[in-house]
Amino acid sequence: MWVDTVVQGVLLGGLYALFATGLSLIFGVMRLVNLAHGDFSILAAFIAVVVVQTLELNPLMTLVLVVPIMAAIGYGLQRLALNRLLGRGILPAVLVTFGLSIVIQNGLLETFSADSRRLNAGGIETASVALGGGLAVGAFPLLTFAVAVLLLVGLQLLIGRSAIGRAFRAASDDGVTARLMGVDPDRLYGLAMALSLAIVAVAGIFLGIRTTFTFSSGPDRLLFAFEAVIIGGLGSLWGTLAGGVILGVAQTAGARLSPGWGVLTGHLVFLAVLLLRPSGLFAKSRRVD
Amino acid sequence: MTLLSVRDLSAFYGDFQALFGVSLDVSEGQTVAVIGANGAGKTTFLRALAGALPVPHGAVEFAGRPVGGRPAHVLVELGIVLVPEGRKIFPSLSVRENLQMGAYRRRAGPWTLDRVYRLFPILGERRDQPGTNLSGGEQQMLAIGRGLMANPRLLLVDEISLGLAPVVVKHLYEVLGTVSTEGMTLLVVEQDVSQVLAVAQRVYCFRKGMVALEGVPARLTRGQISAAYFGA
Repeated sequence: MWVDTVVQGVLLGGLYALFATGLSLIFGVMRLVNLAHGDFSILAAFIAVVVVQTLELNPLMTLVLVVPIMAAIGYGLQRLALNRLLGRGILPAVLVTFGLSIVIQNGLLETFSADSRRLNAGGIETASVALGGGLAVGAFPLLTFAVAVLLLVGLQLLIGRSAIGRAFRAASDDGVTARLMGVDPDRLYGLAMALSLAIVAVAGIFLGIRTTFTFSSGPDRLLFAFEAVIIGGLGSLWGTLAGGVILGVAQTAGARLSPGWGVLTGHLVFLAVLLLRPSGLFAKSRRVD
Repeated sequence: MTLLSVRDLSAFYGDFQALFGVSLDVSEGQTVAVIGANGAGKTTFLRALAGALPVPHGAVEFAGRPVGGRPAHVLVELGIVLVPEGRKIFPSLSVRENLQMGAYRRRAGPWTLDRVYRLFPILGERRDQPGTNLSGGEQQMLAIGRGLMANPRLLLVDEISLGLAPVVVKHLYEVLGTVSTEGMTLLVVEQDVSQVLAVAQRVYCFRKGMVALEGVPARLTRGQISAAYFGA
């Protein structure tokens, strides 16, 4: 049933797109590579674990709390630390976020031990929806994909239509001139990081319902997010979704050929795109200046 | 009333000193020109006023308050807005969005999209095109319109003529003349001396980061200006 494999892959791609979008947004707006991006998604999942235990909420309901918490962490982190690293090339931020990644992982290990966790969403994980023709897809992957698409549509509207989105694009084009227009860069970048971590909080909670995770699950998420961004091409939200979908399909198709090949096939497709179309499949043409 | 008062301003790029004790005044409603050869420090001067370079707090007074060294977004809020050299149109933004970026801080005032479109009708016709699809002259119109959208009290304009045909430059200065008669205070930096002296009520000639000559354009002779411009 290859159709089934492709459908599963597409739905998985929605989740990858959620991980990738925040990463891509941050790089686009302030040329910052956040190597702790995956760890923040896992941090969000662990915060959800705590919220589930203390308030006895369904994990999906914890979004209401965890998303604002992560947005606040993002805003504070950017204003207190990361803003100081901008404008000095890409390396200082890479080093600091790499360190942050280690700090988050060790913090999670200390607090939650090395046990693997899962968020129990009360049956939706195993429910399925019949699509006809003998084809059935999991209700939860379908929900994940729908949420991913809705978030991307919302983000597209925010970036395309609102004053803050205009400022994101202007700062991405030319940060110095954006300041001359009255943009306070510290605040704008803080908001971008808040948005990025809000989105990755959603991704982390959906991941935690879909599969088990441990304190060290972050780097894998970061890798898949990078691959989705590169496959799709920087600077294009729909490219990021397409990149996520291509990666998801490659992984499920590979896993169908042999259970151990899933992740490897994803990497191979990523490398093929990198060789043949280094700027990604759907990149906007980059300005040379 | 003096709107902008610069006293003994020095500015540096790293170790390189670009301005040496410049003093300059702009009265409300006036158009003041800063002329000078390449490397005389004109652009540095405007960037220092716009908050893009570190300068001593007391060296710049705006509306009676010391504002030197404040960050650019604070100065925009106060009403000091720069139309940068080279136009610096945002390529990802449409003509309309470029203008809207000018209004980012939502300062109250008479300038709106409609009013800018009336001043430069071509911008209205092309409002949905990417800003950088416009010709050089149209991009300069867009840059000026974007500056006006901020509703400044003082508009700093850097080198309008850069790379443009004389007929286009002439038109742009006519429009600046109109903007000025409607009450805008302008500080205009220019290498193309003839155009800017026609609209300015006062001129400062910079040479090697210092004021070499200042006065009322009508009372200065060509000889005086060229001596100050090129050095005697």
